[in-house]
Amino acid sequence: MIPAIAIALLQLVLFVFLSPLLIGVMRQVRARLEGRAGSGIWQPWRDVRKLVAKDPVRAADSSWMLAAGPVTLLASSLLLCVLLPLVGTLPLPLVPSDLFVIVSMMLIGVVALALVGLDAGTAFGGMGSSRHMTVAALVEPTLLLAVYALSIPAGTSTLSLIVETRLQNPAVIISPVSLLAMVALAIAIMAETSRLPIDNPSTHLELTMLHEAMVLEASGRDLAWLELGSWLKLAALLGLLSNLILPWGVLTDFSLPGVLVGLGAVTAKILLLGVALSVGEVFLAKVRLFRVPELLAGSFALALLAVTASYLVA
Amino acid sequence: MTPVEAGMLGQVALLAAAVASALLVPSARWRSRVSGILCALLAAAGVVTGAIALSGGRGALTIPTTLPMDPLVLSPDRLGGLVMVVVSVVGVLASLFGIGSARVASASRTAWASMAVFLFGMQLVPAATDVVSFLLFWEIMTLGSTALLLAHHATRGTVASALVWYSAMSQLSFFFVLAGFAVLAGATGGTGFAALATLDPSSWQASLAFVLLLLGFGGKAELVPLHVWVPRVLPEAPGHVAAAMSGAMVNIGVYGALLVCVRLLPNGPAWWGVLIMALGAVSALYGILQASVASNLKVLLAYSTTENMGLVFLGLGASVLLRGDHATGAADAALLAALLLMVSHAAFKATLFLGAGAVARSTREMNLDRLGGLGSRMPWTAGAFGAAALGAAALPVTSGFVAEWMLLQALVHGSRVGGEVVSVTSSVAMPLAVAVIALTAGLALLTFVKAYGIAFLARPRSAQATAAREVPLIMRIPLIIGALLVIGLGLLPGPLTVALASAVGPAFTPDVRTIGLAGVDARGIDVVLDPTTFVALAALVLLPVLAAILISARRHPTRVSPLPWAGGGSRLRPRMQYTATSYAEPLVRVFDDVLRPTRDVEVTHVGESRYLVERVHVEQTVSDVIETRFYRPVLGLAQRFGVLARRAQNGSIHRYLSYSFVALLVVLIVVSL
Repeated sequence: MIPAIAIALLQLVLFVFLSPLLIGVMRQVRARLEGRAGSGIWQPWRDVRKLVAKDPVRAADSSWMLAAGPVTLLASSLLLCVLLPLVGTLPLPLVPSDLFVIVSMMLIGVVALALVGLDAGTAFGGMGSSRHMTVAALVEPTLLLAVYALSIPAGTSTLSLIVETRLQNPAVIISPVSLLAMVALAIAIMAETSRLPIDNPSTHLELTMLHEAMVLEASGRDLAWLELGSWLKLAALLGLLSNLILPWGVLTDFSLPGVLVGLGAVTAKILLLGVALSVGEVFLAKVRLFRVPELLAGSFALALLAVTASYLVA
Repeated sequence: MTPVEAGMLGQVALLAAAVASALLVPSARWRSRVSGILCALLAAAGVVTGAIALSGGRGALTIPTTLPMDPLVLSPDRLGGLVMVVVSVVGVLASLFGIGSARVASASRTAWASMAVFLFGMQLVPAATDVVSFLLFWEIMTLGSTALLLAHHATRGTVASALVWYSAMSQLSFFFVLAGFAVLAGATGGTGFAALATLDPSSWQASLAFVLLLLGFGGKAELVPLHVWVPRVLPEAPGHVAAAMSGAMVNIGVYGALLVCVRLLPNGPAWWGVLIMALGAVSALYGILQASVASNLKVLLAYSTTENMGLVFLGLGASVLLRGDHATGAADAALLAALLLMVSHAAFKATLFLGAGAVARSTREMNLDRLGGLGSRMPWTAGAFGAAALGAAALPVTSGFVAEWMLLQALVHGSRVGGEVVSVTSSVAMPLAVAVIALTAGLALLTFVKAYGIAFLARPRSAQATAAREVPLIMRIPLIIGALLVIGLGLLPGPLTVALASAVGPAFTPDVRTIGLAGVDARGIDVVLDPTTFVALAALVLLPVLAAILISARRHPTRVSPLPWAGGGSRLRPRMQYTATSYAEPLVRVFDDVLRPTRDVEVTHVGESRYLVERVHVEQTVSDVIETRFYRPVLGLAQRFGVLARRAQNGSIHRYLSYSFVALLVVLIVVSL
């Protein structure tokens, strides 16, 4: 029990430190590939520090949601970092890393962000919020079905056990069912974290905004929590994805060298995946909003195929 | 006399007192107070009786009759007790709310008398142990609710047509239930439920009765395609009546389905399960899709009831299917999930409708497009509505989340027992069901973000919303109790789940325990959930954040600016905000084929100019496809037939005499053959 709590805390601290760095690396890679100098990999950290040290400005008609929403989003992302099997798969007592619980935790953050977008009472915020929730609603079937497909070989919906199964039996990873499910899951995660091709994270043009439109009215520490929360979510989900693709290095039994290996492995995997994502995004354009459902329907079909195939073929 | 018998007699006495007070008290204000309290007491008696029955107490009241059939006995078993508790708790909340909210028309003699009759009928349906008393109280319930809806008929023209729809659909479901029971009674030769339960579920009579009963009870539970009355009737009903109908009455429909699947015909064939699941899945998707694009708050809530009942039936169907496949653990869990969904739906939907009633009272407006900013004006209502909306969106830590979690776990664990695939049917049905639930949950999220965000956040979109004030204490109390129930059952689901598991025995024996503080440990499918640990964990990870906020807030206090940044625009008016209609616009586009919206854009130009626009009027209506494509043609056909029949009935005495003569001739000819 103590090792499990220690690992959970370690994950928390690591990801709070790592997620701004990940964003910094991704932006820097993109900048270099586009021929710009870039602002350096520590810029997100500097941004957070700057935002916390500013007076937040809130609209007169806004309610307590503008203050509570960002903190809720941050809490939901922090819980993801605690519960997901990132550094190790040791189960916390009474709190299994249950897939359905984790998705709901994440959805709390999604809802908090959407309400923040509505609260300021501007057209931009409402627009972002509406689009964000539409995408979130359409992503959910894919997300649940994809992890359902992954859960079948392990016989449980507990993510840490799924990762352990894949570690013990690597043949599962390259089975067609697993590949289908991974593709579907990857698309769902791109949509959940507002990345290309669903949303453009570096845009400030109203027609293309989803995530950015909702945070326009936030400032000071409110904005800092919103940004940090979104970054943490991206880092945690990339961590999950990388542990599902390459489970090696994950800590299964507590030992000091194991912890160090686990920390190093997850850091390397996330940064690697982040760079790959960033390189991929350079070659992608954002899909038109009303084409997004088609993309998501495609990934849903993959996920459904994965689930039924794993029952009927296996 | 046992406590259960005393409780049921007490309900009869309180019914008499409530009806008498409603008829005798002359002043509307005092009538609301006295009858409201008596109705609340009547419902409280139901809570106590049901709780005793749920915990195993027995007792029987026999209604004396001279009819030659099984005796009419009221004796609630555990399951009946459970449903009685659920509907009565909603009854208490609705009655208390009614004391404050009932005004001129909804505080009339008829309204309060029929409220008491409605509650009484609803509370005693689950006590019936034979077909006749079941149908008797079923009709008392329907009668009470129909008369209740009449309240506003004098001031609103739409009430009459809503009432016709309601009566017709109620009688249709009554007809199905009656026919279903008649088939069962004909096959077994008895009218008591014990006698009906002797029928072999694999016989054709059982299947016929099952289909008829499913349609009948599905109609009461607002399932597609018998839901058409819901979006018409509930918006016309006063808040507390809508809460009682949508929070409590639908549970009687669920109870009927449970009666069939758990008590009368357990171990039905697998296709029954598939049929129930299909009905549930279609209802869930259709209901939430309509709810997500609705702009009227009450219509939104009404359609969301169809969705939730769809999920309940999905769980029930999965349980029947899995039981047929001998995946007992998952089947029991799915049944438990259906019951959890029913209980949590009662809690959050009653609260939501009461919240809508409070908003209606303060603003006289149900169109979300004209609301906004109510959060700061009605903080208690906003808080309660928000908690209940979280429940409806199935987010932690609410009862809705626990229920949906249990359902998903049951489905995921259902298709394999010990690593072996149980059947092809369930291998396809379970993933599809998971997908349906996931899409439903996603759309529910959007629906309730919209409902709460547009109504309670941002700036008021009309003068009425600006002038809104918090409702009086007597209306706030039931709202707060409802919200506490939603959160409480979500935080401490263990004892409730154990009680639910005891209610479905002996046919089903779910193995659930309490774990941790009051978490759920479903042994049958080997999953645990203890919501309190998540709250503790969240509090723990937030401690440093809160500390940072405190420090930061001391150095950098919040500044309030009269104008938000708003993309640099300075002439920002409240009308420029997103409305409920615009919020759902992307969804309307995505689901264009199902929703079939009609949009009317009217542009008025300034003078002769082609470029300067004076006014743009946009109107969008989303029709109910099932109504326009299915009911309208049938009704049209019936009407044409009616017109034809009128030719034969033109009021001429000569013609009627000649009809009699011809009829007599025909009879004579037939007899002589």
